[in-house]
Order: sequence, then structure tokens, then C-alpha cells
Amino acid sequence: MKPASFEYYAPTTVDEALAHLAEYGWDAKVLAGGQSLIPMMNFRLAQPAVLVDLNNVAELFYIRPSRDGGLLIGAMTRQRQVERDSLVAERAPMIHAAQPKVAYPQIRNRGTFGGSIAHADPSAELVAASVALGAKFRLCSRRGERWVPADQFFVGLFTTVLEPDELLVEVALPPLPPRSGWSFLEVARRHHDFALVGAAAVAGLDGRGRCEQARLVFFSVGDGPVEAHGAAGVLQGREPTADAVGEAAETAAEADVDPNSDINASAAYRRHLVKVLGRRALTEAFARARGDQ
Amino acid sequence: MSDQYTISVSINGTQYERTVEPRLLLSDFLRHDLGLTGTHVGCEHGVCGACTVLLDGVPVRSCLMFAVQVDGHEVTTVEALGTPDDLHPLQEAFREAHGAQCGFCTPGLLLTLVPFLEENPDPTEHEIRDAIAGNLCRCTGYQHIVDAVKLASARRKA
Repeated sequence: MKPASFEYYAPTTVDEALAHLAEYGWDAKVLAGGQSLIPMMNFRLAQPAVLVDLNNVAELFYIRPSRDGGLLIGAMTRQRQVERDSLVAERAPMIHAAQPKVAYPQIRNRGTFGGSIAHADPSAELVAASVALGAKFRLCSRRGERWVPADQFFVGLFTTVLEPDELLVEVALPPLPPRSGWSFLEVARRHHDFALVGAAAVAGLDGRGRCEQARLVFFSVGDGPVEAHGAAGVLQGREPTADAVGEAAETAAEADVDPNSDINASAAYRRHLVKVLGRRALTEAFARARGDQ
Repeated sequence: MSDQYTISVSINGTQYERTVEPRLLLSDFLRHDLGLTGTHVGCEHGVCGACTVLLDGVPVRSCLMFAVQVDGHEVTTVEALGTPDDLHPLQEAFREAHGAQCGFCTPGLLLTLVPFLEENPDPTEHEIRDAIAGNLCRCTGYQHIVDAVKLASARRKA
């Protein structure tokens, strides 16, 4: 199969790109790395009338420190660059850990940080990590600009709050709060396969060693990233002992997620992985929070 | 009927100017428009790696790019690595270690491995297997491919 015909634009500035999107609306699709969109076009699952190619918009490729100690990543930054960047390793260690798990090296050489987020695949590592980290996304259109927190951005299967005339231009990653730790784990049959289930956790302690906040986000368990609010509630204000963490992981598996069975895994197996990965991720995150690692 | 675009691209050091439809995939442009059939097409959705070429020196899936996107860029295909009479050292290692059977996956593997070995001249077996995770081979079972890479890297050291 080959892609259907389309009109093609290759703007060199964000303003030009926004002008195209304003004109064509739903008829246009944005082309970032193309590692998810072009397969769909090759199968004709997607047949956009217009393609707006962002690969020449130089102003969208960057990794910068932000004043709050975090990072600003331009939406078109190649995942390969994010993977190798020392500032990312230092200020966003979860991203540094998650990035090499995305697909294969050749995909990451072309795929973009913002593209993965805007595509909103429920198995996407960067999607779950951005929710767990409390990332914020800057969206631009000719009508103006708005910031959307990651946990409000993903609203359904491959669906985000992006309007047809809007572009994701930047991802802001906040620094980890003091006395907090992170973990990022996934299970896949082969290295670099889509995850059967994955978990991204950020855990923080108060001055007395009790859980102040726990954010546990699963991927590949539903239509999008699923935050385990029940698990977080179980841990709030408690000392994160093995028992408490175990109880939280069970809550996550039984109450917070509702996975489907598909060709890759049964719902029961996914729930099992949620329990196991939930426990491991929380344990590791709290250990990092205590400075054990 | 969509517009035709004129692109100017350097392929294996030679400059080409061609007119293409936007929907023409880079893999098809290389094979059909330029007759460079060393780049193979296996899956057309990015998972098999047979179509891997170098874009400005970096391995990418040519089935997941449009020819219009390489305007002004440099593409390297397997034809640049060597000839039957003058094999690239990595091709020589593949030959000796039986790293190729039907040869369908081989060009993609070679182009993935050449930059990998530049950056990792002395890789462990785990690193080699990780590097070729995006290249599927139905014939060899991968062991001889790993052996070929080890042989090539040992020779570079010597």
C-alpha cells in the first residue's frame, strides 16, 4: 500500500505553520518525525488532505534549562537528542531512563519528543512520563497561546485537547521536588517492543519520612495514560513500608485500571503486571526519595 | 493529482535533481526513480528495518520518509559501502562469519551498524544486540550477525 495523495507544505517558521493550520483545520495533519503518522498513511488508515511538515521549523528544535531548575524541550527535538543530552539526564532522569525504551534507535533518530506526545499512543513511554512528572505543554495557534498540564492533555484514544489549528510547540518539565524520587519500568516481550504494561512513578516524602505525594501512571492499560489515584490515596500521609506499597499496588490493579484483553495480553495478565510494576516502581521511587539510590 | 516538487538531494555523494509527488516514499524514490535497489522494502511501517538508510549520516527508515523531505540533505545507501570486488570491512566480516543468507535484511543492518561501530568501536554482545534490535532477520537467527560485528570490531582494533 502507498499513501493517498495530499497537498504538502514545508514551512520554516511556527507562524507559517500556524497559518496553514488556520486555513485547513481538520483537513490538515502535522508531520513531525513521521514514525507514527507515516505508517498509518502507508496503510491508508490516515489519509490527510494536507500535510504540514515541521521538519524545517528550526525554532522548534531545542533543549534549554528553565529557571525553576527544570527543562524546556522544543516539540520537534529528536528523541535521539533527548536520549543523549546531559541536561536531560541531570534534570529529568525519568525521561533519560524512558527515552531509550521507545521503539528502536532508527525510530528515535527521526521521531520527535513533541510528536510522540501529540500522537498520544496509549503505549507511549513519553506520554506516561510527562503525566507522572507534571509536565506542562505550550500550545500555539493564531488565536494565541495556552499552557495545558499533561494530566489534562490526553483525553482519549490517540486524542488530545489540541484544536485543529493548534500546534504543540514546547514541553516544560519541572524539577523533581526535594525529597522525591522517580521510577520508570515496563514489561515487553522483546526489547523495544511496545510495552505490555508500563509504570511511571514519582514519590515524595515529608520531613518525617511519610508519603507526601505519590504519582503512579500506567501505560498500555487503556485508551491513554492512567493515573492510579486510588493507589496514591492509600499512601498519602503513611510511611511507605513494603506493606503499604503492596496495598497501593493492589489498589492500582483492582480499582484504578480497567485493561482490555487483546492479541498481546489478556486483561488479567495486564492487571497482574500493574500490581507487580506498581509495587516495584513505588518501591524504587521511595528509595530514591530517601536517597538510598 | 497533486503538485510535483523538484528536489535536490545528494545520494552517496552524487547530486540528483528530480521531480516527485509529495506522497512518494524515500524508499520507492531510491529504488524506482534512481534504480538503487540495494535498499529493500519489507513492511512499510517501520518495524523490520530492511529499508534503513543514512540521512545526514544517521540511520532512519526510508519507508517512513517522503522523498520531498530529503531536499537539501545527504542520503547514504548500501551501494556506497562497497562493491563485490572491494567490500567494506563490515561486509567482509559478514561474508566470513556467514552473517547473510538471503540478504534481504543485510543492507539495513549494514547501514545501522556502520555508524554504530564508529561510535562504539568495541561493543559488548549486549550492545550489539541492542543496536540491531530494530532490524529483523528471518534467516540467520542473528548469532552470525553478532559474530560478524565482533569480527569487524576486532579487526578495527588490530
